[in-house]
Amino acid sequence: MIFLENFRIAFAALRANLMRSILTTLGIICGVAAVIAVVSVVQGLQYMITSQLQGVGSTFIIVQARQNFSQPGMVTKQVKLTWEDGQAIQQHVRNVAMITPQVIGIQEIKHGDRQHRTYLFGVNSDWPDVNDFAVEHGRFFTQLDLDRRNKVAVVGTTVIEELDLEEPIGSEIYVGKTPVTIVGVMEEKGRSLGFDSDDLVFIPFETALGVFGRRAGDQVELRLQATDGESVDQVKDDITRLLRDRHRLEEEAPDDFNVLVQDELLDVYTQILGMVTAVIGAVVGIALLVGGIGIMNIMLVSVTERTREIGIRKSVGARRTDILVQFLIEAVALSLVGGVIGLLLGWGFGALVTALIPFDFPPAYVPLWAIGLSFGFCTLVGVGFGIYPASKAAALDPIEALRYE
Amino acid sequence: MDADLSSPLIELRGIRKTYVMGSQLVHALDGVDLDIGRGEYVAIMGASGSGKSTLMNLLGCLDTPTEGHYSLNGVQVEELNDEELARIRNREIGFVFQTFNLLSRTTALRNVELPLIYRGMPRRERLERARATLERVGLGDRVDHQPNELSGGQRQRVAIARALVTDPSLVLADEPTGNLDSATSVEIMELFDALHEQGNTVLLVTHEPDIAEHAERRIVLRDGQVLRDERNGEAA
Repeated sequence: MIFLENFRIAFAALRANLMRSILTTLGIICGVAAVIAVVSVVQGLQYMITSQLQGVGSTFIIVQARQNFSQPGMVTKQVKLTWEDGQAIQQHVRNVAMITPQVIGIQEIKHGDRQHRTYLFGVNSDWPDVNDFAVEHGRFFTQLDLDRRNKVAVVGTTVIEELDLEEPIGSEIYVGKTPVTIVGVMEEKGRSLGFDSDDLVFIPFETALGVFGRRAGDQVELRLQATDGESVDQVKDDITRLLRDRHRLEEEAPDDFNVLVQDELLDVYTQILGMVTAVIGAVVGIALLVGGIGIMNIMLVSVTERTREIGIRKSVGARRTDILVQFLIEAVALSLVGGVIGLLLGWGFGALVTALIPFDFPPAYVPLWAIGLSFGFCTLVGVGFGIYPASKAAALDPIEALRYE
Repeated sequence: MDADLSSPLIELRGIRKTYVMGSQLVHALDGVDLDIGRGEYVAIMGASGSGKSTLMNLLGCLDTPTEGHYSLNGVQVEELNDEELARIRNREIGFVFQTFNLLSRTTALRNVELPLIYRGMPRRERLERARATLERVGLGDRVDHQPNELSGGQRQRVAIARALVTDPSLVLADEPTGNLDSATSVEIMELFDALHEQGNTVLLVTHEPDIAEHAERRIVLRDGQVLRDERNGEAA
């Protein structure tokens, strides 16, 4: 009963000093807004990454070029990783089941008067099997298409909708200035939190180089599947030796490429997300500390201002604990008001950021645990920094307090 | 309280209150013995520094004596801890202050309700009682006014209602007319007279003889001791 009454008193007191209350909670607002904004963006990313890595399995390997900017005394030269490297791997490394080059770009495509920007993939015929994608209608392109440099394409379902293709297979679409004929439609993969895995067009690797320009062929990504899980390490080592040899790297020079296996891919992402989280954690820690001190400060002011009120309450029978709880609740309420404002700001900011990123970025998503965590921290801060002012209020001598001017 | 109704409401025996001021000991009360019966109407008088404020704080259970025994309605007050003192203030005492001491930005009704909150009474019952008590002091039409919308006399009526709402065994008024003009003072004193006639025990602390006239009994303090204790109408 008294507990409920205390909430009423707390909110009446906060309302009476509305501006002061909001300014006081600025630290809390910033802290919570930062958490929510970052969490909302990172969560979307994380979903995207894990869903992309699922399905490809533990034999999946990626080879990427790596720039060594930190190499002392070395002029940064363009590191190349070409499909020739990939073909060498195919020929010389044991236990490689299949391998495909991959170049990706965002490309305007057209059909009649319909236009659409999509992801254009330049790959070879092994791509669907390497990446665990399947064709629903028609076929993927074949080695023959590649050899003959046929102008063929396989599209995702979103592309069909966007270009309004009634009879997709056999239709001719323009990729940039290049006309290609659709020979297949990929199985629908769905959106994984905003990333549309159906909004893509595949064309033969060589054809893609024609669209993107030959230089795109210097920076390809190689994607491959080892024959089985046990041979992944051997494949990785052999690729490393082969590419170092082909790239004529000195004994002590670092690799100019990365060979990433699935575990490492997850590690890399986890590491990046972990770093982001740690930085944000530090920012939030400082913001909450500042916010907490702000709350303590204003509560001390409030206790002094309301000394006489405390005296009155005590004279009519309020116990120490009644006064303590009253001011604690006020501190917590102050902190929580900051939390709510911060939550709304952070959510809005996250949504704004993801909306401003031009290509298809996963939308901001605030998980319940982040809300719970934020409010939990706010409550802790309120109690932690409110306890001193509140106990000061509770310990006031009623006679002195009543006499206070 | 299963107090013996025939015994006095208040029994003070050998009460001393000593303060340390710097290196000096100050005896604000220096051996006070006093009995006050139920339904009495008493004025405590004395110059400033005579100890009347200290006595009132002790009687109001805001403070405990350094030495001596104080029994209020059968309870030995000097043995109580902080929490029990708060409880006895809530149950047994109704304070009326010179400066009213109402909560600002809080309606008359909410002010009067305050002691009942700390008693843990349900809200509906609280508001009902607070409203009835405000009507009793003649402010039935002012329940939703805040103190700054009320005149001095009305504020003191709110304060009196707050003191009465718990049905205390003792109404303690400290210079209740000190901040009021003489016409309003008369009204407020009439209210206290009426409370006494209704059977309340009323204790006024005042330095004004006119006000003390209203009481049936006058206790004069000097230097922390009882100088005179007389019935009004007896030789002054």
